[in-house]
Amino acid sequence: MGKTLFEKIWDSHIVVEKENIPSLIYIDRHLVHEVTSPQAFDGLRMNNRAVRRPDLTIATMDHNVPTNDRSLPILDQTSAIQIQTLEKNCKDFGIKLFDMTSPNQGIVHVIGPQLGITLPGSTIVCGDSHTSTHGAFGALAFGIGTSDVEHVLASQTIWLEKPKSFEIKVDGKRKNPHAVTAKDIVLSIIKNIGTAGGTGTVVEYSGEGITDLSMEQRMTICNMSIEAGARAGLVSPDEKTFDYLRNRQYTPKNYENLVEYWKEHLKTDPDAKFDKTFTLHIDNIAPQVSWGTNPGMTCDVTESIPSPEDYSKNDQNQKKAAAKALEYMDLKQGTPITEINIDRVFIGSCTNARLEDLVEASKVIKGQKVSEKVRAMVVPGSQMVKKQAEEMGIDKIFTNANFEWREAGCSMCLGMNPDILSPGERCASTSNRNFEGRQGTGGRTHLVSPVMAAAAAIEGHFVDVRNLDLN
Amino acid sequence: MEKFKKIKTIVTPLDQVNVDTDQIVPKQFLKLIQKSGFGKYLFFNWRYDENENQKKDFILNDKKYQNSKILVTGENFGCGSSREHAVWALQDYGFSVIIAPSFADIFFSNCFKNGILPIKLEEKNVEKLKHESGELEVDLENQILKTNSEQISFDIDSHKKKILLEGLDDISQTLQFEDKISEFEKQSKIPSVL
Repeated sequence: MGKTLFEKIWDSHIVVEKENIPSLIYIDRHLVHEVTSPQAFDGLRMNNRAVRRPDLTIATMDHNVPTNDRSLPILDQTSAIQIQTLEKNCKDFGIKLFDMTSPNQGIVHVIGPQLGITLPGSTIVCGDSHTSTHGAFGALAFGIGTSDVEHVLASQTIWLEKPKSFEIKVDGKRKNPHAVTAKDIVLSIIKNIGTAGGTGTVVEYSGEGITDLSMEQRMTICNMSIEAGARAGLVSPDEKTFDYLRNRQYTPKNYENLVEYWKEHLKTDPDAKFDKTFTLHIDNIAPQVSWGTNPGMTCDVTESIPSPEDYSKNDQNQKKAAAKALEYMDLKQGTPITEINIDRVFIGSCTNARLEDLVEASKVIKGQKVSEKVRAMVVPGSQMVKKQAEEMGIDKIFTNANFEWREAGCSMCLGMNPDILSPGERCASTSNRNFEGRQGTGGRTHLVSPVMAAAAAIEGHFVDVRNLDLN
Repeated sequence: MEKFKKIKTIVTPLDQVNVDTDQIVPKQFLKLIQKSGFGKYLFFNWRYDENENQKKDFILNDKKYQNSKILVTGENFGCGSSREHAVWALQDYGFSVIIAPSFADIFFSNCFKNGILPIKLEEKNVEKLKHESGELEVDLENQILKTNSEQISFDIDSHKKKILLEGLDDISQTLQFEDKISEFEKQSKIPSVL
């Protein structure tokens, strides 16, 4: 029987395989950031261990960094200490760091692909659950905890039980690809399979609805695999993948030879079997808006807030969760999504802060002004994205519309830096999680695409972007 | 890591599904650079109001559960962020066993690195345990949960069981395979970054 792409990558990275124990898997790329690494470096020091492969390890600071003027000092002392700690750790252990002043600084999952560090067929880990993003390039990429960060630093390997394989087929063509985006596809998937639908699996996304997407859009899809419970999501690499990675700053010298090898080896065999499958038809899907406190609590922009009964389909636990979510979100069943007023807009995060996201969002707001009731910000995913956007004049479109245009970082996706919601504030956000308090204690998050967020900023409430002229 | 020993305490029922790691330890507490002291931040936004007074209706604030080491909760526990701080907080607070119908993958894996035993049980047994008022004994060696009235067996992967019972350090075990790792590196097709 044939093998899936995931199985091929898995098999080619086994260092030790024995019965009844997990396999020892080799890691080709280890991305490190300031929040989940200090305790790992401490562990190395306590045991007198070195970093085995500094040449496969890259660090940057993203979670904590302020997104205002980089020349200003960091006011939050604990953030400053964490950032200084990463600087010291990288220096002590010989790891390449893109620090706050580096033109390569940015969200770790944005800079990896942008710099050509992410490669097809490789294994990539990072102490961050959204490492699944890199799967868009046909890499097996997943998030790990701090103990495993230490383990990979020390050994360049990880013990892992082989996950099951899950094919998610995306069939059909979107009628209006500017209005119905990759974000809407992945939110639709999560809405259908649930936030634990992918637990224990590696997802392979396939079908015309995926091959049609650009690399940046595929990253949005793979990024949110973890919101469906799947530790990793991947897409078979094709010409778009190889073109994207060609001539980047860290693209390997023997790249064309690698491409030849990848073309031959990085495909699921026609007779391979997946443990699980799901198909989404996208011909008629609508822009999505989350209404609850997990990404599965999502509906079409044309719908109204569901009742806990309708949402839960008679599952008592889910019904209770939905009622709690509506209370937290201060929403009433039956309210049309388009009548929900918002206070804040956040365009950013490892899900949706790449150049294409910003370009698409800018088309919506060109020549208009943000609603007086709304405070809106754009946080580019990396300093490189920021620079490219500025060269195209995109920043001016945003600032002329009264959006704040900021420096790169994770920012209000998780609110570890000063960019947070105040209690009770409601935000249209292009990020990945709408958990209670995620963007600030008491804050209320609605997950949407960049174009939906931009349109909401102008109108002060959600609108169906299919009704706008986006071409 | 300390060896996992038999535990007997009352259970703390947290009757919720999809408890995410952002709730277990909110982001404002992820800035610490050590592993200790996270217990006071466990379920912070559910435990305390905006003035940092204890909320009366949250289960952890009920004195009855003060010495409980066993958390019983709903499906998909620990979903979301990979932050191991969530496990450090549970452990520092005093929990060593978490019982649920299912767990998120990264959280589940993080537990074993810190001497916490996550037990997957059928929904109906979890429900039963949530209402157990007496003490529950957790016997990992024999994979049995004992209440006053009954015994429930549970499954656990033999390797993971060994790690907990013997308190094994992953890294020193792995480094015994140094020759295999070096061998792998010689034939690897993926070049170094720099």
